[in-house]
Amino acid sequence: MKKYEFINHTADLGIRVWGESIQELFKNAAYSMFDIMADLNRVELKKTMKVHIEKEELDELLADWLRNLLYKFNGDRYLLKEFKVETIDTQGLKAKVKGEKMDLSRHHLKREIKAVTYHGLEVKKIDRGWEAQIIFDV
Amino acid sequence: MPEEFNIKKIDNYRWEIPKSEGMKVPGLLYADEKMLKTVEKDRTALQVKNVAYLPGIIKYSLAMPDMHWGYGFCIGGVAATDPDEGGVISPGGIGYDVNCGVRLMRTNLTLPDIKDKLRYLLAALFNRIPCGVGSTSSLKLSFHELRKVLKEGAKWAIKQGYGSKDDLERTEDYGRMEGADPEKVSHQALKRGNNQLGTLGSGNHFLEIDLVEEIFLPEVAEVFGMVRNQIVVTIHCGSRGLGYQVCDDYLARMRHAVDKYHISLPDRQLSCAPLTSPEGKDYFAGMAAAANYAWTNRQIIMHWTREVFQRVLNLSPRDLGMDLIYDVCHNIGKFEDHLINGKKRRIFVHRKGATRAFPAHHPLLPSVYESVGQPVLVPGDMGTNSYVMVGTPQAMEESWGSTCHGAGRVMSRSKAKKAARGRALEKELEDKGILVMAKGRGTIAEEMPESYKNVDHVVEIVEKANLSRKVAKLRPLGVIKG
Repeated sequence: MKKYEFINHTADLGIRVWGESIQELFKNAAYSMFDIMADLNRVELKKTMKVHIEKEELDELLADWLRNLLYKFNGDRYLLKEFKVETIDTQGLKAKVKGEKMDLSRHHLKREIKAVTYHGLEVKKIDRGWEAQIIFDV
Repeated sequence: MPEEFNIKKIDNYRWEIPKSEGMKVPGLLYADEKMLKTVEKDRTALQVKNVAYLPGIIKYSLAMPDMHWGYGFCIGGVAATDPDEGGVISPGGIGYDVNCGVRLMRTNLTLPDIKDKLRYLLAALFNRIPCGVGSTSSLKLSFHELRKVLKEGAKWAIKQGYGSKDDLERTEDYGRMEGADPEKVSHQALKRGNNQLGTLGSGNHFLEIDLVEEIFLPEVAEVFGMVRNQIVVTIHCGSRGLGYQVCDDYLARMRHAVDKYHISLPDRQLSCAPLTSPEGKDYFAGMAAAANYAWTNRQIIMHWTREVFQRVLNLSPRDLGMDLIYDVCHNIGKFEDHLINGKKRRIFVHRKGATRAFPAHHPLLPSVYESVGQPVLVPGDMGTNSYVMVGTPQAMEESWGSTCHGAGRVMSRSKAKKAARGRALEKELEDKGILVMAKGRGTIAEEMPESYKNVDHVVEIVEKANLSRKVAKLRPLGVIKG
């Protein structure tokens, strides 16, 4: 199954993401965001971090998950490429994410993502699993 | 889409979206028929309609002629709200890049002075001014010092030796927004901002060396310090990661404020809170702090640009004459006095991808521009012209003293990349006499001229609608981009 594709948005950058389960959808969304920002082939799994997001509506939980991870890049300068979503339930989301500190001598950045927007945000059940739409401000 | 929105023609340059269920005021689009057709292809009109739902919105939800599909507000969107009538403040009506803006500097140079040295100049600027994704500055501030920046704005930079007091006079709001409170800026935002002062960033931000190709209003141009064939420099950038984080933090908070204050909105990206509420006041104070950061950022970049020109051309500051013409913001929200039904009222104006355009004799103008009006800076894309315009009384009456901010995109970034495949864009631009240096491989493709509306067309509508008047046309000679 394809992880994500770009959708047409004039000013910004939108993606449609899929997953067979809700956990996989969240994992693929996170992977897509980092894949847009950097060449992940060069990122090593040196550091593991725990992520906990408080309970939200499903689509807002997805946005908050991505916002949290985006800050790990923008604020803490981590490039992440492995995402293990352990639980998504009434308590919120728990996950372990892996990657390493950015090192511009080894890592290649492709583009900046300024923010994850709520505009056009959508999470829905489809025949083959789950689908989401996310628009990033770039 | 005209059927769906029932768009009504007011005149050749004004189109109304009549009030329908949920809308508190009608929408007003500044466009000609041709422009309206491009707007109809995306969701711009829907976004103009959505903004009309904001509590306390006054008169119209407006869209300037460079309007295009954004998130929340359309880009080119202007809306004023009344604090006394439950009016709201919406981070989505200002944007992530708080006080993204443009500054323009004049010089005593003409084309022969730099023609042979243009490549060196660009390379020297490219080396001096950090740009591109993940770039950081040689300037690193403690949180204590950074908070001073957020409070004092461009004045902080002047105190540190980056430029002179005259620069402040020629900066919108004198480079400092009242009401900024660093305590309302999160630790995360401070962390993103402490090493980015003096950086351009990526995307559509740039530093450009231009030639004044045409003068339309010589008497106004003279006051601005501009003549035909003169070399000028444009800087386009904003508040970097600090501003994005401020917007992001408060959008998250406003999502809950919407429920608390029983506000019903068609798009979560429009989340807002009453101007008089704690959430609204805190966001304003944080946003103003981010705006001050942006002015400081552009002031420092200008200072380094001056140094590079002096060094490469071996000129004294006096011989170079690189004085600031003006600095405008085009992603901002401000308390301003406007006449409503003949009465002066203090209201809140959101400008998202729109520029303030005050006319002559407005009390907020510096004395140098008092007699002619405020310079309005309208950058085109990297392959086409930019314009310098001037504010009009008509804009004051109709659009809360606002006008367009640029060309406006027509093509998505992914489409632009596809269209650019196999083309040597740098060579194409060089053939047109424009040198480009960019950090990111994809930036030139995404920002290629076809991605944008024709700025000449945008500016023509602005002038025909009398929102501002053309003063000068600039042609790019060299551009550095992230």
